[in-house]
Amino acid sequence: MNELLAGLLEAGRLIVTVDADLIEISLRSLQVTLTAVAIASAIGLPLGCWLAVRRFRFRRFVIATMNALMGLPPVVVGLIVYLLLSRAGPFGVFGLLFTPTAMIIAQVIILTPLIASIAHQAIRELWAQYHDLLISMNTTRWQRIATLLWDGRRALLTASLAGFGRGIGEVGAIMIVGGNIDNATRVLTTAISLETGKGNFSLALALGFVLIGLAVLVNLLIHTLSRTEVSGRW
Amino acid sequence: MVTSILPLDVKNAVVRRRGKTLLGPVTTTVSDSGLSIVMGPNGAGKTTLLRLLHGMERVSRGGSLRWQIPEEEARARQAFVFQAPIMMRRTALDNVAYPLMTHGVSKKEARQRAGAWLERVGLTDSAQKQATVLSGGERQKLALARALIRKPEILFLDEPCANLDGRATREFETLLMQAFKDGTRVVMSTHDIGQARRLAEDVWFIHHGLILEQTPAAEFFASPKTSEARAFINGDIVE
Repeated sequence: MNELLAGLLEAGRLIVTVDADLIEISLRSLQVTLTAVAIASAIGLPLGCWLAVRRFRFRRFVIATMNALMGLPPVVVGLIVYLLLSRAGPFGVFGLLFTPTAMIIAQVIILTPLIASIAHQAIRELWAQYHDLLISMNTTRWQRIATLLWDGRRALLTASLAGFGRGIGEVGAIMIVGGNIDNATRVLTTAISLETGKGNFSLALALGFVLIGLAVLVNLLIHTLSRTEVSGRW
Repeated sequence: MVTSILPLDVKNAVVRRRGKTLLGPVTTTVSDSGLSIVMGPNGAGKTTLLRLLHGMERVSRGGSLRWQIPEEEARARQAFVFQAPIMMRRTALDNVAYPLMTHGVSKKEARQRAGAWLERVGLTDSAQKQATVLSGGERQKLALARALIRKPEILFLDEPCANLDGRATREFETLLMQAFKDGTRVVMSTHDIGQARRLAEDVWFIHHGLILEQTPAAEFFASPKTSEARAFINGDIVE
């Protein structure tokens, strides 16, 4: 109990004193995960929509695979990206290992199936509703996809936010490919892991509370900006 | 003068689904003017017939639908109003403007013309409301405006008044008759014999997936040729 209280107080102190290290790793956390969510959304949302609208032979297989990949173990993704980016690996020449870019790449791989799956689920329902109308109006396939993405945007926002939730709290992959290097690739989750290992529980907890607060803040901000969860809207 | 898409020749059209014949064989001609009412008991194939004519059902076994122009172009010049109006998650105005926007009209002009249509159907006050919060009658009027905005040559309606009360039905019929007078070919299915008597120029009576009668309305109601139609008009249960 004492540790929890001490952690809360420590979190308060860090925030009130505008601790430079805290600000830096928090911003890096946000930078990595927001970039990864943006890229994964750009791939996953249209992909989910396309899978809902298009009928092809291996559709069921692709969807099942995608659903299974939602539970992709981050450590394994980290390991694979590590091997690909390491000096000896195929992309070693780019020198990306232990940089924020490597962390973003790993997170995009983790988040894309999740975002695509949730988007597919949401769009499938909307498509069932719109199907006859859009067919009757003689729309092209691209018009249908654009219409579904636009009219389903609030449901798709949920998909992206779920991706953000998974990304901001993820530690396994970014630890491996980022290396938790101070002033370079250290983020909130890897710092928590480090401080816990050192037995520095109150600082670790403080960072944990900051992390949770950050996640809540981003969600609230996005809901406010997009004016969702207001009565009579979607 | 642009070639009309009508008349439509239907030859031996059969609609099957999972090995079951839902409709047909149907052989008929949809003339280039008039207001036809499709009647028949539940499950007779009214909806399937309308969907077939609109090109939303696959025609099987050597049947054909022949418009006066290639089918691709013909499909763009017709519209359909569904029994349960499909409201897009947009404002009422954008719902009506949507068909124009997907067919190359600029957003601004589309909204302007949609506004004029909303005025015609009496929904100006609801223009900025989400379409999904409208009442049943308002939804169906919105669907009608959306169907008519591209000036289709033929309009199909599938029991559009099935869920409307008397007043909403009357308003809807007034708007429909206006469109008809403006030259739109109308094919509409209904359950309501009163409505059929009010609107029909000719009646298509279908039963078990076959068109049993296609006769002028006056003749149909005075002396139906088949015993099924006679029973239907008398209000007996036709099975």
